[in-house]
Amino acid sequence: MHIRPILSTLRHHQLTAVMLVLQVAFTCAIVCNVAFMVVNRVRQVTLPTGLAEDELSTVTVEGIDKNEDPQVRHKEDLLALQAIPGVRVAVAVDSLPLSRDDSSYGLCGSKQALDRAMAARSLLAGCADPSVYSGSPGELAALGLTLVAGRDFRPDEYVPAAKGWVIAHVPSAIITRALAERLYHGKDPLGQELYMGDRPAIRVVGVVDELLRPRLRTSGVDQYSVLVPSIPGDDTVTYVLRSATEDRGRVLKEAVRTLAGIDPDRLIPPDKARTFAQIRHAYFQRDTTMIGLLAASALGLLFVTALGIGGLASFWVQQRTRTIGIRRAIGATRGDVLRYFQAENLLIVTAGIVLGVVLALGLNLALMARYELPRLPLYYLPVGALVLWSLGQLAVLSPALRAAKVPPVAATRSV
Amino acid sequence: MMLGYYLDLALRSLRRTPILTGLMVLAIGLGIGASMTMVTVLHVMTDDPLPGRSAHLYTPHLDPLPLDYRQGGDGPDPSDNLTWPDAQALLKAHRAARQAAMAGGSLLVHPERVDLRPFYADGRYTTADFFAMFGVTLKRGGGWNEADDATGAHVVVLGETLAQKLYGSADAVGKTVRLGDKDFRVVGVVADWAPLPMFYADASAKRYSDADQFFLPLSAAMELKLDVNGNFSSWGDDHAETRMTSPTMSWLQFWVQLDTPSQARAYRQYLVDYSAGQKALGRFQRPPGDAKLYGLMDWLAHENLVPDDVRLQLWLALGFLLVCMLNIVALLLAKFLRRSGELSVRRALGARRLDIFVQLGSESALIGVAGGVLGLAIAQIGLWSVRHRPDDYARLAQMDVSMLLGTLALAVLASVLAGVLPAWRACQVAPALQLKAQ
Repeated sequence: MHIRPILSTLRHHQLTAVMLVLQVAFTCAIVCNVAFMVVNRVRQVTLPTGLAEDELSTVTVEGIDKNEDPQVRHKEDLLALQAIPGVRVAVAVDSLPLSRDDSSYGLCGSKQALDRAMAARSLLAGCADPSVYSGSPGELAALGLTLVAGRDFRPDEYVPAAKGWVIAHVPSAIITRALAERLYHGKDPLGQELYMGDRPAIRVVGVVDELLRPRLRTSGVDQYSVLVPSIPGDDTVTYVLRSATEDRGRVLKEAVRTLAGIDPDRLIPPDKARTFAQIRHAYFQRDTTMIGLLAASALGLLFVTALGIGGLASFWVQQRTRTIGIRRAIGATRGDVLRYFQAENLLIVTAGIVLGVVLALGLNLALMARYELPRLPLYYLPVGALVLWSLGQLAVLSPALRAAKVPPVAATRSV
Repeated sequence: MMLGYYLDLALRSLRRTPILTGLMVLAIGLGIGASMTMVTVLHVMTDDPLPGRSAHLYTPHLDPLPLDYRQGGDGPDPSDNLTWPDAQALLKAHRAARQAAMAGGSLLVHPERVDLRPFYADGRYTTADFFAMFGVTLKRGGGWNEADDATGAHVVVLGETLAQKLYGSADAVGKTVRLGDKDFRVVGVVADWAPLPMFYADASAKRYSDADQFFLPLSAAMELKLDVNGNFSSWGDDHAETRMTSPTMSWLQFWVQLDTPSQARAYRQYLVDYSAGQKALGRFQRPPGDAKLYGLMDWLAHENLVPDDVRLQLWLALGFLLVCMLNIVALLLAKFLRRSGELSVRRALGARRLDIFVQLGSESALIGVAGGVLGLAIAQIGLWSVRHRPDDYARLAQMDVSMLLGTLALAVLASVLAGVLPAWRACQVAPALQLKAQ
């Protein structure tokens, strides 16, 4: 394949070719970055919570009688909920992963770390700001958390909490693996102590594999969670029911009816009686729309660029009909003509990709500065290049085939 | 008129290459549609919530934080709100034409009607000037006065919808309503009031969907210990019993009305002097010059209500438009240069370069008009899908007439711009040379 004649033709259409190169370059830059954002958000949306998500239903109840004892009320409710056919276990909790109701506390892995942090008024090494989950006995089993070391709470460790979003003075805690790593740096976390303000030290008795926060922050700290044996004592409480996946709808309906039946004078907001799948869906709804939007605009861009390449190629074929005829008349085969247009396209798209790679990195730097996006991994660039090459070849195929069909006799006709 | 002739020529030329024309119209339509969807969303989000009044409304901000206070990563800025002692001092000083302190609250409403279950309603705890300062329309009765503020009178002003829900068509004024286990006497009913965005609410509020359904004196809320919504930021040792009145806990919003620039200047100076006084007393540690007075629109800009997602989408859409324009430039270049023969004949017959330029320009403008109409349709679909999003600003995504015309103008501008380079190249054609080549 001779490149020289292609170059000289392109020199003839210099400005047009430059425009096409620019279009391919911008498309490459934008599509690479958009694809990266889509992958990031998909990763976010599919974050594991550590829960047996498919088997959980939740109902939130708000008591409005200020004189009643929530602890008594919750116990009565739980007994009734347990009796619903299909419910394997029911517990009362103050919050759940992705529920947005976050109670986080600054705590440290040792007394020295706590003192250092208090003096500096900031969470230093050995300290963290995890979300704390309280729940009634059986929470670990009800949520389906995976214990990787240690044990579940013993019945005598549970302490009822007072009203309000407070946690009781508990003797023990179960922490996530990520938090154990942050607080104890590879030492065995079992038997270590947690210091939370001026409370007495809390002993770590177990480690769970994963437990996501109620509200996500940054990927490094999203798994910083603590479970404590503090029985929720506020008027507002969430009941978690574990059942078979297919029973969830029925269980949820019966739970709402049961709870309203026990005490009609309280609020059971309909939007807070939902399966865990719905909680996840609601939490990530914005990200899901954003994924759709980003993907649609990337496809739209590729589509417009393909149209541009194809449109211009067919225009050029039309314009050069006589020249093609002459080439055919002096011995060029159909394959030669086909390959000529394909090579021309390859040349333009390659130029665009080279410029586009630079632009993609620049755009990524700008986005990193403004929107705190991570750095674009370099393997996105060859993938993007491959996509654009194939797109270009696909778009040029039909005009190039049409060019290949031009008979040698076209050389003798005027255009 | 030559322009009519050019348009006729343009129409003929476009009809000669229907596929190419279609491609260009489609490209400009997609680009404009995507951009205008996002521009419209941004436009409704950054609109003036109180046209005509916003220029006279200001919010004062003090900096009572200790020198060594370090702002946590994603937490709210404590100096966005005022402490109780500072708010009281500014209220008592009366340095502005009108002033009001406020905080949001959500209370359980116990209706008298037996067919209604108790429900939560959002409202505002504030002071007497609130209604006159923000221009809230009173339908019946009135607000309360400063004496009521001083005594913590148990009075309430209801929003029209809530009044209707509780009492139907009967006059609500004079009735007693039970809010959060306490009785309040209804003294007024206001027309439903929900400025967009809710500029005076705390940063934790949903600024595009929340609305206040009741208003009651801040002093009464304090006395009855009613629940307050919003950020409480503390930088001292505050205990639960005293935290509301603590000088190291910020949670109140404060707005003032200042009618002239000189009043605003004087008020700003007053804030600096007040801070200097507090510093002399040892309460403030930071420079008195840190005190700020934001105008309403400046405050909204400072609060940065537009989510990063929306900004990112706007940039994405504009990038899309850029690629679409490059696409059209390339196609127009090819199209115009191919007509060199025809153009050189026109040149040889005496057409000036300018004439050729205008002729080709009107062809691009025609593409722009067609693309603009397509873009409008695409933007309507885009906005329709935005309205179905769960975000609290979503329902606002509507195009007004100015955006409608703006869309068409942008489309024509974009395509004419895209046509400038090709048209300029094409009118460089030398009259005789091209004739010879043929």
